[in-house]
Amino acid sequence: MGMTMIDKILARASGLDEVQVGQTVAVDVDMAVLIDLQFTTNWVEPLKINDPDKVAVVLDHAVPAPSAEDAVCGQRARAFVGKFGVDRFYDIGRHGICHQVIAENGLALPGQVLACTDSHTCAAGAYNTAARGLGIAEVYSVMCTGKTWFTVAPTIRYELVGEKPEHVSGKDVFLHLAGTYGDATNHNLEYGGPGLGSLPMNDRRTIATQGAEISADFSTFGVDDRCRAALAAVTDRPLVPADPDPDATYTEVRTIDLSALVPYVARPGTVSHNSLPITEIENRRVDQCFIGSCANGQLDDLRIAAEILRGRRVADGVRLIVTPASQAVYRDAMRLGYLQEIADAGGVVTNSTCGACFGYHMGVVGPGEVCLTASTRNFKGRMGSTEAEIYMSSPATVAASAVTGVITDPRKVLA
Amino acid sequence: MSGIVEGRVWIVGDSVNTDAMYPAFALKMPYAEAAQHVFHQLRPGWTDEVRPGDIVVAGHNFGIGSSRPVSKLFTELGVAALIAEEFNSLFYRNCINYGLPALTVPGVATAFHDGEIARLDITEGVVENRTTGARFDVPALPAMLLDILDAGGLMPRLARDGYLPA
Repeated sequence: MGMTMIDKILARASGLDEVQVGQTVAVDVDMAVLIDLQFTTNWVEPLKINDPDKVAVVLDHAVPAPSAEDAVCGQRARAFVGKFGVDRFYDIGRHGICHQVIAENGLALPGQVLACTDSHTCAAGAYNTAARGLGIAEVYSVMCTGKTWFTVAPTIRYELVGEKPEHVSGKDVFLHLAGTYGDATNHNLEYGGPGLGSLPMNDRRTIATQGAEISADFSTFGVDDRCRAALAAVTDRPLVPADPDPDATYTEVRTIDLSALVPYVARPGTVSHNSLPITEIENRRVDQCFIGSCANGQLDDLRIAAEILRGRRVADGVRLIVTPASQAVYRDAMRLGYLQEIADAGGVVTNSTCGACFGYHMGVVGPGEVCLTASTRNFKGRMGSTEAEIYMSSPATVAASAVTGVITDPRKVLA
Repeated sequence: MSGIVEGRVWIVGDSVNTDAMYPAFALKMPYAEAAQHVFHQLRPGWTDEVRPGDIVVAGHNFGIGSSRPVSKLFTELGVAALIAEEFNSLFYRNCINYGLPALTVPGVATAFHDGEIARLDITEGVVENRTTGARFDVPALPAMLLDILDAGGLMPRLARDGYLPA
């Protein structure tokens, strides 16, 4: 029986010729990524680990440390990498949101298995990696033993056709899928088809990242020339893509015509069956606009924001906060002038961190406030007060809305 | 392990997310302190009412969201098991990996009311409502997962196997 991308990767990682839906298999993990949240008060220093070359440590959720407790996490992380000789350590200055750091350093390769303590680890599916967010105990176990287990889920295939229009982004593609089809709990998502070539890598990363928001297990893309070029810039290791068999078994195949898509907005609470074309939701007043996170703090996201903000001003009474996904993105965006344009328009550019997206620091919202965010989640209470409303959209829509003070179709501002 | 748990149930709805159970502000607290904030926005005061041995019964897509170890907070509160119509798989993994029995049982959410008594056999895949007599049979957990539960979760198993201080 034919296998999907994820079936192929799990079979290879478990040393089996094939795997079946429902089967629980023990797999070898190629890379375990630990973040600062791993080193909280509940951290126990291990006596031995499997292989320091298969471990990376990235400080991202609370950096630079906003409290003494957070500072201790950094101390524990530094002691750990020193003791075990972990070379892949991304401390303040080389840091960034782990999924961006993973991409920049080629830590996720086609056909491999990647484990990390953050739920948006599925981001690396853009590179055809079986990447999963796992709990703290499980990442601990992977680091120590090199192995974990997966139960093979059924796969939904998205067959992409047509060309993505200008001013429509990966976030809009995802919000369209979430609004139309809802949750994919306990299913894998697979993206491919003739339209894939019109999706830049940043859009694939956004879509793969957001698989967690519809409760999917893995979300993976096929490998094409664009993907190969992106990987060639960060690694010279051989690539072993997992291409699906022509007769692979899918629980459903959904065809998406990219050329028909428009900007989308998710209303507060969830993205599932709660995302609408922007034409149905315009003119909602906003207090804060946020561009950042692992989903939309990439260099292209900042470029799009800068292009919209150039020569314009953030509306009175509105806060625009922009958080680059990594220090490398920050430096590139500074060199290219994007940060200057954002700041000149009245936006605030922060250091790279998960900060506002998970409601911890640098952009938390208060009761009664309305936030339009290009981050990962719109759960109640996600970005601070449980009495705030979190709408979600693309960086273009967020930037356009910051200028007008109400939720605005970016195509109108750019027209 | 015997795999049998019997206790009083609490019912929660569909798509209860991990932010609702483990808010960001509790992330840097020791587990015992963080446990006082479970369901902080969904059911304020619940942590004062729940008793050791209780069971939580949920609807669809239980635990969507972050990798926050909510199951560790449940065990701190003495919750003995979780049953749901459907679990988010990351959340489900966290349950098993922290040694908290969890069973997927379609139809279960409407078969219980708060305060009724559930009996759960994790190795056989059976759930009974001792109050009404309703019974559900589901596939038993794979041996690989029962082994983790048997060890009390991954951290005790890593200690047993010499990876962590005993």
